[in-house]
Amino acid sequence: MTDVLDVALRLLVVFVVFLTFPLLVGQTEHKVMAHMQGRVGPMYAGGFHGWAQLIADGVKFAQKEDVVPAGADRRIFQLAPAVALLPYLLVLLAIPIGPGEGAVGQVLDAGVFFVLAVMGVGVLGSLMAGWASANKFSLLGGLRTAAQLLAYELPMLLTAASVAMAAGTVSLVGILDAFEWWWLPWQITGALVFFVAGLAELQRPPFDMPVADSEIIFGAYTEYTGLRFALFLLAEYAGIVVLCGLTTVLFLGGWHGPWGADGLGWVWTLLKTAVLAFVVIWLRVSYPRMREDQLQKFAWTLLVPLALAQIALTGVVKVVFL
Amino acid sequence: MSTAATAGALTAGTLRRAAESPGFLSPTGVEITFLLVGLVTLGAAVVTVTTRQLVHAALWLVVALGGLAIEYLLLTAEFIAWVQVLIYVGSVVVLLLFGLMLTRAPIGRSPDADSGNRPVALAVAVVAAGALVWVVVDAFRTTWIDLDGAPSGTTEVTGASLFQHWVLPFEALSVLLLAALVGAIVLSRKANAGSEPGASGEPGAPGVKDTAPPGTATGVTRARRDQEGDR
Repeated sequence: MTDVLDVALRLLVVFVVFLTFPLLVGQTEHKVMAHMQGRVGPMYAGGFHGWAQLIADGVKFAQKEDVVPAGADRRIFQLAPAVALLPYLLVLLAIPIGPGEGAVGQVLDAGVFFVLAVMGVGVLGSLMAGWASANKFSLLGGLRTAAQLLAYELPMLLTAASVAMAAGTVSLVGILDAFEWWWLPWQITGALVFFVAGLAELQRPPFDMPVADSEIIFGAYTEYTGLRFALFLLAEYAGIVVLCGLTTVLFLGGWHGPWGADGLGWVWTLLKTAVLAFVVIWLRVSYPRMREDQLQKFAWTLLVPLALAQIALTGVVKVVFL
Repeated sequence: MSTAATAGALTAGTLRRAAESPGFLSPTGVEITFLLVGLVTLGAAVVTVTTRQLVHAALWLVVALGGLAIEYLLLTAEFIAWVQVLIYVGSVVVLLLFGLMLTRAPIGRSPDADSGNRPVALAVAVVAAGALVWVVVDAFRTTWIDLDGAPSGTTEVTGASLFQHWVLPFEALSVLLLAALVGAIVLSRKANAGSEPGASGEPGAPGVKDTAPPGTATGVTRARRDQEGDR
């Protein structure tokens, strides 16, 4: 009975994190962007800094009519948001937040493979949406999404493999147990490549060519309204949480901290994740969108060679010095 | 008389083996789940090859491949299961969808996508399935996975056997993949050089006009050409 209770409790916690953290990131994005660009936006709802505006937005989304275009492939059109969102919920299950087996939703033997595999599935949602909308802009968005995924999946996998080589395991918990502070400079190239490739996979600026709102009107999501559109937005923010959490776990030592690691491991994890999420938002405000051909060139001629160099470096250090 | 005797002996043998093996006559939850997921996978696979909507076929393929991954999980082969999702669902199907969208992916039925080879395909499929079922059942009839014992499909076990006992096939496969890679580059170079002077459209993307403005194809090919030039 205690086993069942334990599993239920873990699932509940992960679900609550899944529901709240993306919203927190979304609200932070509103506020950080507002202050960085000197346009404060709605400041009255709820009192302090207009915090309740997010809830008002949610209510607005829920009230809107759910429109399916006449020419669309109805079932796939309606299924797409779920396919885009659910993988991130599954990934959250495997990300350890503190030391020991008590601080992770489910300990997985092949954790790195699991998270990367399931994250890749989420992109299918965008592809389904882009195709099923019966809209040229949506199809263009879907095409660009697919091209981007194919280009950036490889450097992401290669850098994750570099960390797995360093730790000698593909389990996320195992990688954290093996972590030493000097991995930080050792794997820094891999960390940057992983983070940038992850940003591209989430289609966040400056890699948001597939959704480019001023050119192809939000790409695959052009025809979506109301709650389904909100689900796509939620998927994007859940993706930010997952990417930052993963970068923290793989490259920044997760629950390891310079001091006070006893019992406070989860604080370190959350702190690092939050800082990375801030960087994601910062990049959106400060970098212009890259062109489609620049995107492809960036991945194939810069990120992949860098990732391969990182793997070579990891191998040499592992064999010669350890 | 003799046939009845052999049949009786066979039945007795099967029954004895069934009684010896754990849980054949009283299926456990895992076995029932395995069977149900198998049925879903089979159904999705059949729909994949029979549906007349191209993109639906690709999406049903996702269901079939995902079902296979779950079957691997139930057989305790965790590593293989996640690799299956990563490679097939995450990359191969995305590539497939990309190709479909780039060429022709109409919403609704596409009756012209039928090659008229249904009977032959059915015959090949039945023969292949029959041979596989026969051989696999015959080989692993009495093999059971001990769920409570040491894990048998973890990354560590898989890696050790792959790189200790199966290194040669593994390396041979990688040489094969390398050859495919080089071949792909050679082919794409040739096509590129042939259509260089004054070519308005790329011959590789004929059906684009059905679904997308012509700008799509030229944009993508221009990007590709830029890459080629850099290489």
